[in-house]
Amino acid sequence: MGSREGGAFPVRMGSGEGAAFPAGIPVSPDTLSVSLRHAFPGFALDAAFDSPIPGTTVLFGPSGCGKSTVLAAVAGLLRPERGRVALGDTVLLDTARGLALPAERRRCGVVFQDSRLFPHLSVEGNLRYGLRRAPRGATGPGFEEVVALLGIGPLLRRRPIGLSGGERQRVALGRALLSRPRLLLMDEPLAALDAARKAEVLPFLERVRQRFGLPILYVTHALDEVDRLADTLVLMGRGTVLASGPVEELSTRPDLPLAARRDAGAVLACTVAGHDQERGLTRLRFPDGEVVVALRDLPLGAALRVRVRARDVSVATSEPRDLSVQNILPATVGEVTPLASGQEATLSLRVGGSTLLARVTRDAVERLGLAPGRPVWALVKSISFDHGAAGGGAPV
Amino acid sequence: MPHWLTTDWLSPEEWQAVRLSLTVALRSVAFGTPVAVFAAWLLTRPRLPGRPILDAFVHLPLVMPPVVVGWLLLVVFGVRGPVGALLNDWFGIRLVFTTAGAAFATAVMSFPLIVRAVRLSFESVDPGLEAAARTLGAGPLDRFVTVTLPLVAPGILAGAITAFAAGLGEFGAVITFVSNIPGQTQTLPLAIYSATQVPGGEATAARLALVSFVLAVAGLLLAELVARRLNRLLGRVA
Repeated sequence: MGSREGGAFPVRMGSGEGAAFPAGIPVSPDTLSVSLRHAFPGFALDAAFDSPIPGTTVLFGPSGCGKSTVLAAVAGLLRPERGRVALGDTVLLDTARGLALPAERRRCGVVFQDSRLFPHLSVEGNLRYGLRRAPRGATGPGFEEVVALLGIGPLLRRRPIGLSGGERQRVALGRALLSRPRLLLMDEPLAALDAARKAEVLPFLERVRQRFGLPILYVTHALDEVDRLADTLVLMGRGTVLASGPVEELSTRPDLPLAARRDAGAVLACTVAGHDQERGLTRLRFPDGEVVVALRDLPLGAALRVRVRARDVSVATSEPRDLSVQNILPATVGEVTPLASGQEATLSLRVGGSTLLARVTRDAVERLGLAPGRPVWALVKSISFDHGAAGGGAPV
Repeated sequence: MPHWLTTDWLSPEEWQAVRLSLTVALRSVAFGTPVAVFAAWLLTRPRLPGRPILDAFVHLPLVMPPVVVGWLLLVVFGVRGPVGALLNDWFGIRLVFTTAGAAFATAVMSFPLIVRAVRLSFESVDPGLEAAARTLGAGPLDRFVTVTLPLVAPGILAGAITAFAAGLGEFGAVITFVSNIPGQTQTLPLAIYSATQVPGGEATAARLALVSFVLAVAGLLLAELVARRLNRLLGRVA
C-alpha cells in the first residue's frame, strides 16, 4: 500500500502504467466517468454518468436528490462505499482496487455554496492559498489573469467579512481556479445569492467556462443556470441519475420530469444566420430550421442557445395566415404525453432533426386530432435567450 | 526601572514575592499552553478511544482539593518519586522546593482552564473551512497550522491569559509541593499567608492583597479584550 503514496498515482495511460488497469474497465481520455454507491440512513445513492470533457456538466435535480453528495464524493470529501471516479485517464477513486486519492491530492477545485473563504486571511491570502500548494508542474491561469477576469483587483487587501455575497463567490471561484485544478467543482455557487447578486456572478462563471477549457461539474436546482452553463445535463432524482446527455436532447424528452415543469421547453443551439436591419430582425439558424427574433447585436456566425418554452408554442393543423407571430414552422407531431394534471398534454414536434415542445390542452389534442405522425404548424410566440446580456423571454 | 517601581510602597521582600508570582505564572502558562492545546485537540476527536477518561483526568485539578494535587505531585515528582527520581538522575532537574516546581504545580492547576477555553474554540471551527483547505491541496498538518490554529488562536490567548491571572494566586498545590521559601517558592498568596501568621503583618498582607486583586482583574479584562479583538478580526461577533 505504501507505494500508493509515491508517484504511481494518478495513473496515466500510455506511460508504462497502463497495465495498472484491469481489463474490462473502460478508460476514455475525454470522459468524466462517475459511478457511486453509498447508503445513508434513510437515503441511498446509486448514481452513474459519463460526460465529455472538457465541457460543463450540470447535475440538476430537486433538493435532497443527492447531487451535492455526488460532488463531495468526486472532490474526495466523502468516501462512498463503492464507486469509481475517473477524469479522462486519471483515476481519482476506485474502491474495487482499493484506490482513493485523498481530497488534497485530487486537484479538484471546489466552489462551495457558502464560499468558505478563510476569515483570517485577506482576499489575496485566500487566492494564493491554493496557488501556493499547486503541484510544480501544474499549469493554469496566472494570478493577475484570474484577478482581472473576475474583477476582484480592488478587493485584494480586504478581509472576507467585508465582502458582499457576490464578491465572496467571485473570490471563491478565483481561489479554486488558482489552485490549478484539473476539474472545477461547483456546489450551487449561486443558490445563496439574491437575483441581483446572481446576475452579477453568472457572467463571470460563463467567462471562466469559455476561457479556460477546464472540465466543470456544476450542481444546481435552478433551470436558468442549466441553460446558461450546461453542455451536458445529468438529471437526478432520489439518489439516482434519471437521464444524462446534451441539454438540447434532454430538454425535449417528454418522459423526463423536466417536461412537466411550468418553464419546460426545448433548448436549441443556434448560430446567427443574418440580420435584417430594415425590418429589425435577426435570423437564428438551428439544425434543420430557422427562427427570427428582434434584432440583436451579435456577429454573424455567433453561437447562442435559446429556450423555446412549451407554453409559448401553439399548434395549427392548417397553415395560419395574417398573424403577428413571425415564427411558423412546419412540423410533425412526435409524441403526445398527457401531464399528471390530466387537463394538459405535452407535444413533441419534429422540425427536421430538431425537436420543439408544445403545451396544449387535452381538448385541443382531441379537437385537432393531434396524434404521432400528424403534420402541423408550430407557432412560436416567444424565445428566451439564455446566453448573452438580455435575459427572459423576448417576443418575436 | 520605571520610577513607580522603585518607590518604596512595597518592601523589597514584598516586591520579590510579586516578581516571583509573575515569573511562576508566566512559566506555568508557557509550559502548560502547548500541552493544553494538544489535549483540547485530542478531546475534540470524535473517534478517540477513552475520550471520557481523558476528559475526566484533564478536569481533575479543577475539582480536587489543591492540597491533594500538591501532595500527588510530591509523591510522583518528589526526589524519590517514580518520575522525580528519573528527572533528577538523568537531567539533574529538581522540582521540589524550586521555582520551576512552583511553576509546574501552577501549570497543573490551571491546565483545565486553558483546555476548556481552547476546546470550545476547536469546537467552533467550521469543518467546512478545513474541507475547503483540503480541496486546495493542504494536507493534515498543513491545514492544522494554516487554518485550524489561526481560528482557535483567540481561545488559546484568552485561555492562556486567564490561566496566567489564576496562576498568580495558586496556593494549595504550590505550598504543598514546593513549600514556602522566600525568593524561591514564596509567591504572592504564600507571602500574604506568611504575613498573616506574624504579628504586625496586616499592612503587608493588605498591600499584597491589593496587588493580587489588581493583577487578577487586569488579567480577566485583558483576556476578554484580546478574545474580542481577535474574534472581530475573524469576522465573528463576540
